[in-house]
Amino acid sequence: MTATSATWRKARKNRVVVGSGGVLLLLVVMALLGPLISPHGYLDTDFGRILHAPTATELQLFGTDDLGRDLFVRTMLGIQVTLLVAVVASIVSLAIGVLYGAVAGYVGGRVDAVMMRLVDTLYALPFIFFVILLMVVFERNFLLIFIAIGAINWLDMARIVRGQTLSLREREFVEAARLMGASTPRIILRHIAPNLIGVVVVYVTLTIPQAILVESFLSFLGLGIQEPRTSLGALVDAGVNHMEGAAWMLLIPAALLALILLCFNFLGDGLRDVFDSRHKS
Amino acid sequence: MLRYALLRLLGAIPTLLLVIVLAFLMVHAAPGGPFDAERALPPEIEANIARAYHLDEPLHRQFLRYVSGVVRGDLGPSYRYRDHTVGELIASAFPLSLKLGAMAMALAIVVGVVAGTVAALRQGSGVDRLVMALAMTGISIPVFVIAPVLVLFLAVKLQWLPAGWSGNAHGVRLLLPVISLALPQIAYIARLTRASMIDVLASDFVRTARAQGLGTFAIVRYHALKPAMLPVLSYMGPAIAAILTGSVVVEEIFGIPGLGQFFIRGALNRDYTLVLGIIVFYATLVILLNLIVDILYGVIDPRIRQR
Repeated sequence: MTATSATWRKARKNRVVVGSGGVLLLLVVMALLGPLISPHGYLDTDFGRILHAPTATELQLFGTDDLGRDLFVRTMLGIQVTLLVAVVASIVSLAIGVLYGAVAGYVGGRVDAVMMRLVDTLYALPFIFFVILLMVVFERNFLLIFIAIGAINWLDMARIVRGQTLSLREREFVEAARLMGASTPRIILRHIAPNLIGVVVVYVTLTIPQAILVESFLSFLGLGIQEPRTSLGALVDAGVNHMEGAAWMLLIPAALLALILLCFNFLGDGLRDVFDSRHKS
Repeated sequence: MLRYALLRLLGAIPTLLLVIVLAFLMVHAAPGGPFDAERALPPEIEANIARAYHLDEPLHRQFLRYVSGVVRGDLGPSYRYRDHTVGELIASAFPLSLKLGAMAMALAIVVGVVAGTVAALRQGSGVDRLVMALAMTGISIPVFVIAPVLVLFLAVKLQWLPAGWSGNAHGVRLLLPVISLALPQIAYIARLTRASMIDVLASDFVRTARAQGLGTFAIVRYHALKPAMLPVLSYMGPAIAAILTGSVVVEEIFGIPGLGQFFIRGALNRDYTLVLGIIVFYATLVILLNLIVDILYGVIDPRIRQR
């Protein structure tokens, strides 16, 4: 417990972690409160104000789209959807990856060899094309997007968790548990898993931007989030179609998407530094 | 060496089979048949269509038929582009995608390795920090954001470069698509090169070379570059996959009639055989290129071959 709180203290002193984490927190608060403050609804069309440039009057800070809908509200909802998909998809990939990696690493031997050979095989596949196929073949719904994105991102997690487990397995406290007659599932869940939290936290922050990328890629191609719902990828797609007359439709969601991805990547890198330096000392 | 290559080639067969099984099952799990969208046909005609495309056979029969077709290089007829086989469609669209991808890859390797090496040589300096900050930005910004923003500023606002596609695949028309496709890979390769170059530059043989009075350029060129390239080489597999994925978006944005555009069109039109065929083709391509990378790795680093 003390090791964890010491790590958090170190994390709070790390400028990269605090900076990127702060920006993300601010964006989340803005995305949640924005639609409540604005007088416009995300579905309200106003054909008297089609493709209006951003203005402070009537709080249309991000302008309107080709149907006269307020883009501030739509962008905030897009951020909500993008983050929701990313977090849920990351939890899916975390669950699969941690379980798979911990079992492979703890059981070891031939089982480990076969399981990791499968991971290597899957690594070589152009997964995104399968996701596209999945989206085409079945009805496009939220649940499917979560599962599909989660299912392609667990490979890295499995590898990292396996590596950690291999070294944890040889530690004294695991040996003690084994001597006291603890079963394999109990050792994995009660003794190995809690010690993986640090690594897992770091890699989840690096998995989230991957999930955001896939979601917005699909939405950009028109295969992800469907109208009238929206996400940052779908907004960028709409922006591309109107960029010559209404550059804000492209630039604002594009900039926010880039900012979110940048922050998550910096956060992950920063956290990795924090955890690594603990391992070194 | 030949034995190693052959073994790896044999190892690739199950992977490819897995791809075909997965893709085939997904396509056939689709609710409804591929011709449902059209107006209701008399049952006799529907039965005829089903027979013509062998859809009346049991699933395992269809699968065996498909696999034996793939082995012979026949990916079947397209459901939507009548009178064309999937093979013909791929053959007509792939050369353009290949050109685009190869140019992007070459650009990414050259710029990425140079930038990463410069950053490693000046570790901690302003140049290093600038390169790393740019690389982080490049990794974070997706291709479908980079490409339209580049078009907006360089083509629409400044009018330096042409934005659209007018049929000929020459010179400046390819510039924006290639740059958009290469930027994220430049960023990854620069980071990888910097990290491994720093390691190599700290090793004993580099110190010896320096003690012999060799200049920085000669040390990098003749001693450090080859070992430092190993992590970059092993990144080539993921890079190839990323460029394939990116080319789908880039072709869509720039209206380039390559394979990626066919894939998206096929997907939106529910042209199952075309989508299935392109997936099998892409997977074969990725697996083969990964194989080549592995073998090259063995050529450069003899330690790998021993295992």
